[in-house]
Amino acid sequence: MSDVTASGAPVAEPKVETPFRRFVSEFFASKTATLGLVVFTIIALLAILAPWIAPQNPYDLAQLDIMDGRLEPGAVGGSGITHWLGTDDQGRDMLSGIIYGLRISLLVGAGSALIACLVGASLGLLAAYAGGRTDSVIMRVVDLQLSFPTILAALMILAFLGKGILNVVIALVIVEWAYYARTVRGSALVERNKEYIEAARCLALPTRRILFGHLFPNCLPPLIVVGTMQVARAIALEATLSFLGLGVPITEPSLGLLIANGFEYMLSGKYWISFYPGIALLVTIVSINLVGDHLRDVLNPRLKK
Amino acid sequence: MTVYLLRRILQSFMVLVAMSIIVFVGVYAVGDPVEILISPDADQLERERAIRALGLDLPLWEQYLVFVQRALQGDLGRSFVFNEPALQIILQRMPATLELAFGSMFLSILIGLPLGLYAGLKPDSVASKTIMAGSILGFSLPTFWVGLMLIMVFAVQLGWLPSTGRGETATLFGLQWSFLTANGLAHILMPAFNLALFKISLVIRLTRAGVRETMLMDYVKFARAKGLSQNRVIFVHVFKNILIPVVTVVGLELGSTIAFSVVTESVFAWPGMGKLIIDSINVLDRPVIVAYLMIIVLMFIVINLVVDILYSVLDPRVRLEAKA
Repeated sequence: MSDVTASGAPVAEPKVETPFRRFVSEFFASKTATLGLVVFTIIALLAILAPWIAPQNPYDLAQLDIMDGRLEPGAVGGSGITHWLGTDDQGRDMLSGIIYGLRISLLVGAGSALIACLVGASLGLLAAYAGGRTDSVIMRVVDLQLSFPTILAALMILAFLGKGILNVVIALVIVEWAYYARTVRGSALVERNKEYIEAARCLALPTRRILFGHLFPNCLPPLIVVGTMQVARAIALEATLSFLGLGVPITEPSLGLLIANGFEYMLSGKYWISFYPGIALLVTIVSINLVGDHLRDVLNPRLKK
Repeated sequence: MTVYLLRRILQSFMVLVAMSIIVFVGVYAVGDPVEILISPDADQLERERAIRALGLDLPLWEQYLVFVQRALQGDLGRSFVFNEPALQIILQRMPATLELAFGSMFLSILIGLPLGLYAGLKPDSVASKTIMAGSILGFSLPTFWVGLMLIMVFAVQLGWLPSTGRGETATLFGLQWSFLTANGLAHILMPAFNLALFKISLVIRLTRAGVRETMLMDYVKFARAKGLSQNRVIFVHVFKNILIPVVTVVGLELGSTIAFSVVTESVFAWPGMGKLIIDSINVLDRPVIVAYLMIIVLMFIVINLVVDILYSVLDPRVRLEAKA
């Protein structure tokens, strides 16, 4: 910042260090985190581009041949497709099934995390900003929510609502919002007493604008870290619920449901129906966690040397 | 202290009431029990009589009061599937779940302590880094998938361990236990390990952190200066001090272990409460669902209450904060 001209405008140098650029270069300094991001990007692209990439549409019954059921990985089916990861009991190509399953898993995971983040962050901000009774009521509910294991709360909600993608998203939002609320409240309580908020109050800005325009952006770093980790958790939880038969319906199988479908064949040695969707789930969760773990180091100023 | 205790108990009681309302409204108001309870052939008169007999014509709050009144007498309804009192069915399955939960807590200490100790004593070795990376996997992998992989490797490929059920059981204190017979022990090993995964990672991390902290303490230096052997310093002096927090945390995990046994029991077909609730949800056996949820909620409230009271006994700061 030493290159300041007489008029006061900074010289447009190509390599000015902005906080964002510093963040990017620090993030890519870690090889494992970069790998995680690359792998996750590939997975996300696979999921988004599923109809154009998958060898067959596993839910178009016209393309399925029951005679191709439970083929081993690498076998060539009746329609001439090589099933690199084998087929399931309906004769579906497992690779296609996994790519389409990723779609549902990512959609539910990311969607629920996003909604939970919106709900949780708003309530957390409100609690920190309003304080007093509002704060204690919101945080009491958060404490209560966090004292019950997520799986139990999700189970309870799905027992009431029944199966369905929307119901799973609702259940995940209800069990996850508390994590966001607690995180945002924690950082907002620190930020609230800083001078810029005082200045904004003195300017008599509307509360809404102080909350979302000034307070919220400064609470973002920890929220991003928690959000990343929660996406992985949501995907794992959705897979678990679907595996138990309480999650997504059979017509829209996520990875968890694919694994459940192959479970009965596993005991007779036909491992691939469960095994490969499991690997896809594992790679997805681990890649997100690698990114999140490193984000925590980069975004937390206390950990900086 | 007494005021704090009373206040905390009152709070727990209010939570229990709130949860019972949620469970009651959730189960009884969302679905229509008439559809399930009354045969479709019944005519209008029979239907009305049945509705009145079941108390379904009362307003919801009166139905709730009846539900509470019966629940207090230990009557949580009869299972549609087993035609037995729901509470009795759940209590019958409870020993299996508790056995699995305690088995997994035991395993988590047995496996996690030595690994954590090693990782804490030699933090820079390759083995320690592998242990720590493994503990991250233990935190992030879905339990059910690890369970499937265990079955695939040890039951299907190698054929070493049985994949389902409790195996032979022996009777102790009038209850059936698997761990008393060799066959039962083989059956419990995989599910207990599967359920223990998360806690093993937890114990490894706690032990490692504890060891690294304790090794720098003056009393350890003094013990060394006294000329005690390395083994004696580690296993007597250091160990004693790290054991307390580790055991406390594992104990606190009891509740969530019982909750997560839902997954493990389903994978390994372990006949406990967890498998029962999943089966009941799938066949819409409402009384069993309600009874299970109420028991588990009660269990959690009691566990949380005990933990809070223990903390306030152990750490006076908590008490002072509550007073202020």
